Amino acid sequence: MPRIDAVLASHAPAFAVRRVGAMVLRYWYLLRGSWPRMAELAYWPTMQMLMWGFLSQFMATTSSWVAQGGAVLVAGVLLWDTLFRGQLGVSISFLEELWSRNLGHLFVSPLRPVEWVAALFVMSLIRTLIGVVPAALLAIFIFDYSVFDLGLPLLAFFANLMIMGWWLALAITSLILLNGLGAEGLAWAVVFLLAPVSAVYYPVAVLPGWLQWLSWALPSAHVFEGMRAVLFQGAFSWGHFAAAAGLNLFYMVCAGGIFLWAFHVARERGALIQTGE
Amino acid sequence: MSHYAIKTDRLTKRFKDVVAVDGVSFAVEPGRIVGLLGGNGAGKTTTISMLLGLLLPTEGSVEVLGADMARHRHRVLDRMNFSSPYVDLPHRLTVAENLVVYGHLYGLRHVKRRIADLADQLDIARFLDRPAGKLSAGQKTRVALAKALLNEPAVLLLDEPTASLDPDTADWIRTYLENYRRESGATILLASHNMAEVERLCDDVLMMREGRIVDRGSPDSLLAKYGRDTMEDVFLDIARDRRAGVAHAAD
Repeated sequence: MPRIDAVLASHAPAFAVRRVGAMVLRYWYLLRGSWPRMAELAYWPTMQMLMWGFLSQFMATTSSWVAQGGAVLVAGVLLWDTLFRGQLGVSISFLEELWSRNLGHLFVSPLRPVEWVAALFVMSLIRTLIGVVPAALLAIFIFDYSVFDLGLPLLAFFANLMIMGWWLALAITSLILLNGLGAEGLAWAVVFLLAPVSAVYYPVAVLPGWLQWLSWALPSAHVFEGMRAVLFQGAFSWGHFAAAAGLNLFYMVCAGGIFLWAFHVARERGALIQTGE
Repeated sequence: MSHYAIKTDRLTKRFKDVVAVDGVSFAVEPGRIVGLLGGNGAGKTTTISMLLGLLLPTEGSVEVLGADMARHRHRVLDRMNFSSPYVDLPHRLTVAENLVVYGHLYGLRHVKRRIADLADQLDIARFLDRPAGKLSAGQKTRVALAKALLNEPAVLLLDEPTASLDPDTADWIRTYLENYRRESGATILLASHNMAEVERLCDDVLMMREGRIVDRGSPDSLLAKYGRDTMEDVFLDIARDRRAGVAHAAD
């Protein structure tokens, strides 16, 4: 039995990398234990890339815009999948805890919500790389197009889209914490709501004026405009990069605050022990 | 400074119009085993959830090992643990994988050695590599107990530790808990519907009904107070709102 005065004098670290590692290990065990799950991660990005790749080859013969931009559609689909997989990577790992009714055990351990979120982000990165890298490599062999030719700007696009996926996922998980598993469909649906205004395959200028405002409020629109600037003009747009990064920072702070508030409400309602299948 | 292992003061939880726990105050001295008894919906699980910090009280306070759980919960979480048949470990992970993850979460230095010790003590070595979802009820209980004991907790909260177990396994678990308390000096709070278990294990008992503590004392003192031979009869007297001293007359 520890001395109670020693307990009172102790100081618990606000963030422990070891606990983040423990949670990453938990999700890795889950992933490696099921080859269909692992295969599914790469399946959809590969199918998307093939479909858009062949469409791109066809359109290159009929559209000067596509012909000028090389594989603008393939680059678009790979980067869009980065955003989708980034968001889904956080949401699915979060849902795993609800499906297995494990939150009660997790949050009587010293794990803090911030550490859990960090682990969800790390796992999202791993899942996204497993999903998108094979599709990108396949595009080199089938379409003779390497998204890696984008060079350093690719890192900037990738990072911004991952971060956007993370704050989107935090907002979705907050809604699930507040409303229970009845809201889990949001994990798959919300990102597609943003697809039309993210200007993945066409410029923002195509959209009606009133919708362009909404589009410019999203980091993804700046990323895809930036991508087209590299592909068509061979220039990296610092303006779009700064806008995407600034918007991501703003939304991440908001989503983080909302998540912590939702977690607090879940503790008030008893949702950490009651939420499950 | 409180010298109690667990102390609550006017602990209350309301869910909209429903008062699940109503002004519960009690204190548990270090090294005691205390039973939290009551019928379904009496407020036991809600009380335990608030002690763990999983559920925030509407009013009142909880101290564990002297730390205010509202403000300094993270000072004591690595010194307490819990087990409940209603909160599962992830089904698709093996028993060993689950224990490794929790070992790291609790900051153990020698995770594998601790798991090997517990596997030996709790006789779970045979199914360490089996998915947690494919265990029998008895095996699940042993594994849940292994997880609850990973960090050698000074305060152990158990929600119906022998629910749905055969008498042999239940007896084995009770013996293990008795030994653990004797060897570690840990404080154990257990919610149970099994009165034989309570008589055997508990130094003190808190009887709950409709969110309130309606009686308390050692099993012997309650048996004497209600003029009964078994805790089962005491439980029925309290559950049916028969007051001590008039229980026999009511019968």
